[in-house]
Amino acid sequence: MAKGFPLRVIRRADISQGKSWAVRLCAILLALLTGGVFMAVLGYDPLAIYQTMITGSLGSQMSIELTARLVIPLLITSLGVTLAFKMRFWNIGAEGQICVGAIAATYFALFHDDWPQWILLVVMALAGLIAGGLYGMIPAYFKCRFGTNETLLTLMLNYVALYTIQALQQGPWRDPSQLGFFKVARFAPSARLPEVLGVHIGWIVALVLVVLLYIYLRHSKQGYELTVVGENEATARYAGIPVKRVVIRTMFLSAGICGLAGMLQASGADRTLNDTVAGGVGFTAITVAWLARLNPIGMLIVSVLFCILEKGSASVQSVYNLSAATAEVLQGIILFFVLGCEFFLTHRICRADKLEGGVERG
Amino acid sequence: MPSKHPAIELQGLTKAFGSIVANQDIDLTVFSGEILALLGENGSGKTTLMNMLSGIYRPDAGHIRVNGKEVHIRSPHDAIALGIGMIHQHFKLVDVLSVQENIVLGTTGHYANRKQLNREISDLCDRFGLHIDPTRKIYSLSVSEKQTVEILKVLYRGARTLVLDEPTAVLTPQEIERLFAILRKMRDEGCAIIIITHKLNEVLEISDRVTILRKGRCIGTVNTKETNARELTERMVGAAVDLSIHRPEPLRDAPMLDVHHLTVVNDDGVKALDDVNFSIASGEILGVAGVAGSGQKELCEAIAGLQPIAGGAILCQHVSLEGLSPREIIRRGVSMSFIPEDRLGMGLVASMGMVDNMLLKEYQNQPGALVDRAPARDLANRLVKQLNISTPSIHTPVRKLSGGNVQKVLLGREIASNPRILITAYPVRGLDINSSMTIYHMLNEQKQKGVAVLYIGEDLDVLLELCDRIMVLCGGRVTGIVDANMVTKEQIGLMMTGSSMEEAMENG
Repeated sequence: MAKGFPLRVIRRADISQGKSWAVRLCAILLALLTGGVFMAVLGYDPLAIYQTMITGSLGSQMSIELTARLVIPLLITSLGVTLAFKMRFWNIGAEGQICVGAIAATYFALFHDDWPQWILLVVMALAGLIAGGLYGMIPAYFKCRFGTNETLLTLMLNYVALYTIQALQQGPWRDPSQLGFFKVARFAPSARLPEVLGVHIGWIVALVLVVLLYIYLRHSKQGYELTVVGENEATARYAGIPVKRVVIRTMFLSAGICGLAGMLQASGADRTLNDTVAGGVGFTAITVAWLARLNPIGMLIVSVLFCILEKGSASVQSVYNLSAATAEVLQGIILFFVLGCEFFLTHRICRADKLEGGVERG
Repeated sequence: MPSKHPAIELQGLTKAFGSIVANQDIDLTVFSGEILALLGENGSGKTTLMNMLSGIYRPDAGHIRVNGKEVHIRSPHDAIALGIGMIHQHFKLVDVLSVQENIVLGTTGHYANRKQLNREISDLCDRFGLHIDPTRKIYSLSVSEKQTVEILKVLYRGARTLVLDEPTAVLTPQEIERLFAILRKMRDEGCAIIIITHKLNEVLEISDRVTILRKGRCIGTVNTKETNARELTERMVGAAVDLSIHRPEPLRDAPMLDVHHLTVVNDDGVKALDDVNFSIASGEILGVAGVAGSGQKELCEAIAGLQPIAGGAILCQHVSLEGLSPREIIRRGVSMSFIPEDRLGMGLVASMGMVDNMLLKEYQNQPGALVDRAPARDLANRLVKQLNISTPSIHTPVRKLSGGNVQKVLLGREIASNPRILITAYPVRGLDINSSMTIYHMLNEQKQKGVAVLYIGEDLDVLLELCDRIMVLCGGRVTGIVDANMVTKEQIGLMMTGSSMEEAMENG
């Protein structure tokens, strides 16, 4: 900190539960206020816009179903990356793992659509899971064997997977009936996920996964092992935990869950293989996972809120004929405040001349 | 001798970190031409106080006067401009640069040419009795030579007041003598010196006056000549402490741990251990003495299965441990416990509570895929009671506990597994006197139960009192294994720097 600067940033010792929620509430209010000013400057009525956001995402049976459809891949992918993050393995390759899962599932959807529906769907889900998992094991293996940087490797593998889909669309899996377009054929009915309460059954899978992951992380030996590896690798080795095996196993599961999300998206929502199957979910999931502090139950809440925001701003866009950029700015403002407030949960600002604490020790 | 006037006066200095008051209303004066010892246990606020003096922290309240003038020290730069130089416990030198380059590093103003610089440095060396070749690179220096560079660094910047934070912790007895000679010379030159330490014999030997801190408060200042070790301890701890370490007769039933021709190559491809031979019997404590980095860490980790062995053999109760991972060692039925030197870095998971840390050792033996935390909870509760561990709850992250309590958690867990062999690396490092005595007591209990104990230590007085035999390491080689009753501190010191046992015994 520069000498004489009037403000200083100080680490908080501890923050009470009540105070931390107050900080978050403040952040949301400030976000709405700033977003409102932005809208008012553009000549819109902020209150009406916010109201449209809510009704657009939750106002009708239809809009709720659409929002829920957004939640499914986001929530499942968040759960997937959480496994890796808990181990301090920076898996930012969920996009690619989703794509690979979708590709593997699509293979069975396209070429084995004569199988009975349930068998086909189960095989597709397993294919998505295993393919995604194996894809995730690549960076894990290289990290263990050669000490490569997993952030770079997972990130780059995203593009490999994405362009593989495009290659399939334009080449071997191209549907000739779609005359001028490069598209994969729509899945046969037997390869489509059935719907329950108007939404494909991916939502049930997601909820089951929330519970399973909660148990896995809190109460399983493997969950305990991966936490120890993440917190302190030296202690893990000291305790006889086979670190490399845990890293590779955990990445298989993490990426496998992301692959499953890809299968559900392709079979349940898109009903074909698109290069938009991941559509940025793999990155948003990182934010969701951290905002929920890697807690599966928290992730359920955070991902629902995220999707309300997303669906809401899409509605605002169409109702008010806003440009996509404007709606994204509004979304960005809200996210900025909500994410930014996390900083104030661990730090506080005070005037330099009233400094009492200094830098926290440790 | 120059006339004595107060070089530094601290008055009512107070510093709090959040809700923890590290320093409360502390007064301290050091005169020029005087060595003042700042005595206190870990966590009593010695380092915080000196960090305020050297501009790293800023006091919440109180006054600092330098040569009678009130000053505000905002940064280490301010401090050095006022002639205050701090020598930290952990050296702050650039390894790949030369002594000379390290000395001028960070100084501003004119850059003297090398010749002139060398002359200035050798002038300083002559004046204060320091010996160092300014052209050598830092990485080629020994620990005590690095310390000399640190001292030169602050002297070159014109420091007249030196603060040394635990300068003797890493030195051999002979090197300590040399350091003290330098400090005395500086005192005679009119420098004011503050030496932070918790070793009583050193306080009595080197200082003119002693200021004692306890729990962030100043307990008082006494003239060294008018006090003794017992009185100082009492004032430092706040109660009478029995400082004698009990040493029960070793049982020596059967050999427990045999190490034959052990050679270990570390990550840099350097031989960290070279042809090490020793054996420990049941009911015996074997001490290991050596300058820091003589292969102690590699020795422990090789035995614990954490470090690959390049040659030789390690036998635990006649089971060879070569090439086995820690998990395989456990599976072979060898009950061994290892207390690493950096407890939170290895051995415990800092962010987990006691319960989850207890689990580390036993979850593998539980059946099924889920963990059962009930036995770990019981063990945690039992340890809290037995060892008087002070923690808000057994779920509080262990990093929030004090050093002594952290060590009790680790040692408690390891002892609870009923080991036959106990390897401890610097088990009292960073612990206060009472906690240290508890740890010695626990080790002795294990010894009497027939456990073979390997004790890596740094305080030679303790090694001599606690251990049955002492193995001295120097540069990864064993210079000798001696009976603790038959050897003096000086003899061990000689062996630590490479003299053979025979030479040491003749000269010591």
